Amino acid sequence: MNLKNPNEKGRFGPFGGRYIPETLVPACHELEKSFIEAWADDSFRKELDFLLSDYAGRPSPITECFNLSAELNCRLLLKREDLNHTGSHKINNVLGQALLAKRMGKKRLVAETGAGQHGVATATAAALLNLECCVYMGEVDVKRQELNVFRMKLLGAEVRSVESGSKTLKDAVNDAMRDWVATVEDSYYCLGSVMGPHPYPWMVRTFHEVIGTEARKQSEELLGTTPDVICACVGGGSNAIGIFSGFVDSDAELIGVEPAGGAAIGRGVPGVVHGMESFLMQDEFGQVLEAESISAGLDYPGVGPEHSYLSSIGRARYESVTDDEVIAAFQLLSRTEGLIPALEPAHALAWISREREYLTGKTVLLNLSGRGDKDVGQMMEILNV
Amino acid sequence: MSENIQIESILQKRIDSGKKALVVYITGGLGEDWIQTMHSVIDAGADVVEIGIPFSDPVMDGPIIQMANDSSMKSGSTPVTILNDLREERPAAPLAVMTYYNLAYRMGHERFAASLASAGISGCILPDLPLEELDIWSEAAANSKIETILLAAPTTPDERLVEICTRSSGFVYAVGLLGVTGMRSELADSAIEISSRLKNVTNKPVLVGVGIGNPEQAVKACEVSDGVIVGSAIVQEMIKNSSPEKVGELVSTFREALDKNC
Repeated sequence: MNLKNPNEKGRFGPFGGRYIPETLVPACHELEKSFIEAWADDSFRKELDFLLSDYAGRPSPITECFNLSAELNCRLLLKREDLNHTGSHKINNVLGQALLAKRMGKKRLVAETGAGQHGVATATAAALLNLECCVYMGEVDVKRQELNVFRMKLLGAEVRSVESGSKTLKDAVNDAMRDWVATVEDSYYCLGSVMGPHPYPWMVRTFHEVIGTEARKQSEELLGTTPDVICACVGGGSNAIGIFSGFVDSDAELIGVEPAGGAAIGRGVPGVVHGMESFLMQDEFGQVLEAESISAGLDYPGVGPEHSYLSSIGRARYESVTDDEVIAAFQLLSRTEGLIPALEPAHALAWISREREYLTGKTVLLNLSGRGDKDVGQMMEILNV
Repeated sequence: MSENIQIESILQKRIDSGKKALVVYITGGLGEDWIQTMHSVIDAGADVVEIGIPFSDPVMDGPIIQMANDSSMKSGSTPVTILNDLREERPAAPLAVMTYYNLAYRMGHERFAASLASAGISGCILPDLPLEELDIWSEAAANSKIETILLAAPTTPDERLVEICTRSSGFVYAVGLLGVTGMRSELADSAIEISSRLKNVTNKPVLVGVGIGNPEQAVKACEVSDGVIVGSAIVQEMIKNSSPEKVGELVSTFREALDKNC
């Protein structure tokens, strides 16, 4: 284990905690206890490992980008989370949580989703494990990710469009929490990122550590050492914490890339929302600001508390990129490597492309957290095709 | 500056007189005459008024209070404007603020507590601040003589109820059902259950809120509890742009039903 566990109050340094309505506090205590027991239980771990390999297709390979490396003057490697079943890293966490929900005797999964990747993964696990599934998605995202909405419905999930606030991920989380307040006895809240009240940031990170564990082994086999730079996009931060977990104790530089319009660490100050104390984009009175990003999955004004902690101790660095840089990166990877990335990891590539001078001669491992099929419709409009 | 009126003693007086307590929630900054509405609500028999300070992400609130929040914020309300509006008033009943923790966190605990006190506020309810995270705020609140009212939920285990009652001041807010604020067609059985569980472990006033939408439900909830908190039903009337008098009339129906039937 490279990353430290949170303290007994669910804190990473000063960040984290459990700021939730009293109704949900006992459920979080129960969840914490159940997770600790399950994670220590060989049969649970075996079942999860089996699903990760035989159902989701792990381990995901590392792909070396020979063409793009030549263009950027660095050695670029991709951790291929886009090849997982359902098309992103989200399935790692969801299989873990859905198995846990089943073990806890819950009948129904509630989830929020931005781009729809977590929603699709949750609907998939629910179908597989015979659980009901209800996914909250902002109205704006329902429109720009209609393919994923259809996938969720096809998988048997109910998709509820959220019309309050910014009508994106932040408000989908609000409505998922409101649902959970009302249904806590039978429902399990399957949170999609390393955020929310304790134990979620810790538990979701634990389920994603498989990314870092594999990547560390694979890169050492390939390089004989660790990469110089590990780079991943950050909204809530689950794919980033997953890959960082494998390299925190190495010399590798850890870079999280936020969208300029949703840069919680870059533009925010500490605050409390959605159950956690962490960096947050907010106004002078503490009202949470609406994020604005081309990518529905990163359209979030907060960030997981462990990222705030890694930033505060200087172990990871957080940069931001603009939508235009992301659009260029999306096309760059498609054209040079035949890989259409999701808009989310295109943020990480946008940073690499912009910082090519700094990265010259270095080995860079990018977590390609998802594939771009879901974004093709939106990109057709943006590029006026 | 005069001493803030203590919420707990006012409620206790009402209860000792053999009556039930009525706390009414209104959204701060909602409509230009919201201050008149506050006075009207007090004249109509509210023992305490809760002033909701809108927050961008009210996870404990249902559609009506969310809508009221949005409308108030769109008209330019901030925590500062709402407290400023109250500063010159001398309401005939004590006030409590209900909002979310980030507003206190952002302003700074001591400063937020002091600004409540200087606006004549006696109590504060922060529904996303459970026991685990309470210490910093409760110390700041106590320094400014602000009573921190805690929520107890149907899911709260017995031993935790005891701690909530010990640390709550003003009254104990019994959440009547599993769910967010808003009206329901019937009073949930859990409203009676949580009230009796609380009455077994505390002498502090126990008031039921969430899901009390009409006078009949209020009367039924008071079979066991010391009173009720009525929010969405009142705020819905405010959203309709009803006059302060009209909102007051609605509050009177609750007051009269409680006085007559309990």
